[in-house]
Amino acid sequence: MALTYDDVIAKYEPVLGLEVHVELNTKSKMFCGCTTVFGGEPNTQTCPVCLALPGALPTVNEKAIESTIKIGLALNCSIAPFSRFARKNYFYPDMPKNFQISQYDEPICVNGYVDVEIETDEGPMVFRIEVERVHMEEDTGKSLHVGGATGRIHGAEYSLLDYNRAGIPLVEIVTKIVPGTGKYAPEVAKAYVAELRDILRSLGVSDVKMEQGSLRCDANVSLRLIGAETLGTRSETKNVNSLRSVERAIRGEMIRHAELLNKGERVVQETRHFQEDSGLTRSGRSKEQAEDYRYFPEPDLIPVAPDATWIETLRAGLPERPSIHRKRLQEAWAVPDKEMAAMINADVLNIVEATVNLGADPTKARSWWLGEISRIANDKDVAIADLTITPSDVAEIVALVNTGELTDKLARQVIEGVIAGEGKPAAVIAARGIKVVNDDGALMAAIEKVCAEQPETAEKIRNGHLPAAGALIGAVMKETKGQADAARVRTLLLSHLGQGE
Amino acid sequence: MIRLSAVDMAAQIASGQTSSVALTQAHLDRIASVDTDVHAFLFVDSQGALAQAAAVDAKRAAGEKLSPLAGVPLALKDVMTQKGVPTTAGSKILEGWRPPYDSTVVVNLKKNDIVILGKTNMDEFAMGSSTENSAYGPTHNPWDLTRIPGGSGGGSSAALAAFEAPLAIGTDTGGSIRQPAAVTGTVGVKPTYGGVSRFGLIAFSSSLDQAGPCARTVLDAALLHEAIAGHDPKDSTSINAPVPQVVKAAKSGDVKGMKIGVVKELNGDGYQSGVRTRFEESLELLAAAGAEIIEVSAPNFEYALAAYYLIAPSECSSNLARFDAMRYGLRIGDVNGASAESVMNLTREVGFGREVKRRIILGTYALSSGYYDAYYGSAQKVRTLITQDFNKAFEKCDVMVSPTCPTTAFKIGEKSNDPIAMYLNDIATIPVNMAGIGGMSLPSGLAPEDGLPVGFQIMAPAMQDQRMYLVGAALEAALLTKWGAPLLSQAPALAGK
Repeated sequence: MALTYDDVIAKYEPVLGLEVHVELNTKSKMFCGCTTVFGGEPNTQTCPVCLALPGALPTVNEKAIESTIKIGLALNCSIAPFSRFARKNYFYPDMPKNFQISQYDEPICVNGYVDVEIETDEGPMVFRIEVERVHMEEDTGKSLHVGGATGRIHGAEYSLLDYNRAGIPLVEIVTKIVPGTGKYAPEVAKAYVAELRDILRSLGVSDVKMEQGSLRCDANVSLRLIGAETLGTRSETKNVNSLRSVERAIRGEMIRHAELLNKGERVVQETRHFQEDSGLTRSGRSKEQAEDYRYFPEPDLIPVAPDATWIETLRAGLPERPSIHRKRLQEAWAVPDKEMAAMINADVLNIVEATVNLGADPTKARSWWLGEISRIANDKDVAIADLTITPSDVAEIVALVNTGELTDKLARQVIEGVIAGEGKPAAVIAARGIKVVNDDGALMAAIEKVCAEQPETAEKIRNGHLPAAGALIGAVMKETKGQADAARVRTLLLSHLGQGE
Repeated sequence: MIRLSAVDMAAQIASGQTSSVALTQAHLDRIASVDTDVHAFLFVDSQGALAQAAAVDAKRAAGEKLSPLAGVPLALKDVMTQKGVPTTAGSKILEGWRPPYDSTVVVNLKKNDIVILGKTNMDEFAMGSSTENSAYGPTHNPWDLTRIPGGSGGGSSAALAAFEAPLAIGTDTGGSIRQPAAVTGTVGVKPTYGGVSRFGLIAFSSSLDQAGPCARTVLDAALLHEAIAGHDPKDSTSINAPVPQVVKAAKSGDVKGMKIGVVKELNGDGYQSGVRTRFEESLELLAAAGAEIIEVSAPNFEYALAAYYLIAPSECSSNLARFDAMRYGLRIGDVNGASAESVMNLTREVGFGREVKRRIILGTYALSSGYYDAYYGSAQKVRTLITQDFNKAFEKCDVMVSPTCPTTAFKIGEKSNDPIAMYLNDIATIPVNMAGIGGMSLPSGLAPEDGLPVGFQIMAPAMQDQRMYLVGAALEAALLTKWGAPLLSQAPALAGK
């Protein structure tokens, strides 16, 4: 019989370890001048260096070092005055040199932490996640296994290689082991990755798009009996591609481990792959026999020895910490806790802020993004950020509503048009012929027509039964194809029927 | 004409006495005539060389200013990439590969209008001391075709000694420029590590590899040195400092008051008697020229060879991992849905020679977990100790000297089955690479017992390369006075076709 999550946490304490890989958004690759733009034709963004042609040598991208130091500083790390690149040797066709240039025993940033806040049964609680190291490395190319059922290398008929991604700068952020999160382990992990993402975004060093792989999380989970000292055997779940998946993967692994342990079986130390559809993981590479990567210092690169004053300049230029920034916004906009949480959950805080910065009223901006636009994104099953509508579009629409040039109802049509790719708001308005009818003459004609068609309803209103007005206002709106200002219609209608103030 | 120095060839081109095309053609003819016997070249680029030569002649005709070596032909070691020209590093695994880019050395050669005749033979991936490890057959020493021309750059040195080219490029990881120079009676210089860009040099051991000039005179070597040296942003280990003034030093040759340190540990037992005779004679000539000869000690040099054979194989095991049949070069076993892994295995099995495999296995073992500290780690410590030995000695002297190799050229096949005996050939040259400093070998005469050339090695502190040229030029001048003609004039004439 399957265990419930409550069964698991009643008996075991989870211990986490999180490794996050971040693709930096530098213009060029880590060790050569090739472009890093996402989605180019296969093998068009390559050169002798990133293809590992004989004789080619790497040179370090200074911007990548700067970004990594910024990340280290933002995560409260010490920056090593002297660090080195190392070669991690293993053969794989999508790795051109058959070694990865990484950092081993001399990483650039060490000993930091990130505080994350989550809602618990006892109210908001802060967990400190200690960061062991932040280091630089290069990404591999991509293999596409063709034929066979699973898209995996086994059973494939042939494989295609794309080296465009080979050499893209990666930063790996590794936590120390994280004990003491108890039943909140999945939420803490999710909040940690979310916080990292926000920090990285605020630093402007990465696109942090989990679905495109520019932020990837490997989650290590082990269980031990509550009160036990020694750690259990861990599994490492790879490439978890969304915040929600982080939470699901850890919860799933906790249950899987507990089932094994309860049956007296052992957990195998291995890599596992998260399955988005089932929420379960499947077995990958066994790590029982640790692979020997034969690390040694990269002789083609000189050590990285960042200047102390440069580090201090970077520290002084760090942006506001996202958690503090959020608190400040909440106060400035006077948003209730629940609404704030809704914005964070829906991942629209930055977009709303950008919209407000363009002059929109915070409440209006929030309600458009969280309401109509979120609904469309949900219907289309895409992330809000991936819709074509921008903060400046929404700010423009809010402004048009304020000046009375659009009604809320018309504004919805404009938003729909922008998202459908019909152009910017002005273009949509022009193309669809959207305009508020505020010509009283035209409205009066419609009111008279409607009253003539529904004399009994009109009579009720004349007699002071105001709720009946709704039906006639609706009919007038229909008559004017929704382009009239409903409030103006009401005023004119009531005064026409002798009920004006 | 082909027996002139590069300086004289350049002067004749500049004055119009000859043309670069005529000079290049003369060398192509010489190659056609003698290279079936010598086998210095793996590829002769007649078309490319003549086109480059014609361009130099056109420049001269147009009155453009020419660089000091403009129009002079050169032989390029096959470990350097040259765009569109087959580049194999002496290995089957790269057979047929034509690089899509020029190495920085080639960029600099072209910039200086030096005409590239073709690619020269070498031990596979520069691993060897005899050029017998080439996948394309050995090169023969022009002094005695049954003997080795040294290695790994035997092709470059043999080309000079056979008058197939007046200039050549070599690379030196443990002596691959200096030892071939010594056994062929030519000049070879390993500049300070970082002095010449490694971009486009197919790596054997990244922390030791260094390209340098090969020539028949010290001044020719200096001119070529200045043409190829200098900072290169594409090589992060390249030194960002002015190139030492080696041409000026080679022209001066003034050693008055210089202190020359004779390395106690690189002489005596294990050194052939004729090698020692020539070495002692050279010291006397330098003393007569005004230098002070002192003895210095470098106690840790005895560990250099052992440490070298951990560091170089370790780095090569990683550097050569890229030869996996996926993107270029040989591909074996790609049939019937074979896996990438089996294609990699088969290709490397077939494509690499025995010595290369030996070193890859050695290096893989030395880097493996649990052995790293004992092998690679200890070797790095030895490296530090060797550097300290040099530093201490250079407090007492301006340059250090020794015989370049313990013996003269041995017979082809004589040491093929005894790797240790082969490795011992580099005992005097390896410390220089370990410390990243400069070393030069120049001819000091013939060993009386076998009539074969002996090399004299000069070592200078990092970025003090000009000191080697000062001493080298002084010794060369004194020896020339003594001999009355360059040493190579005593080499037997090659029959030719």
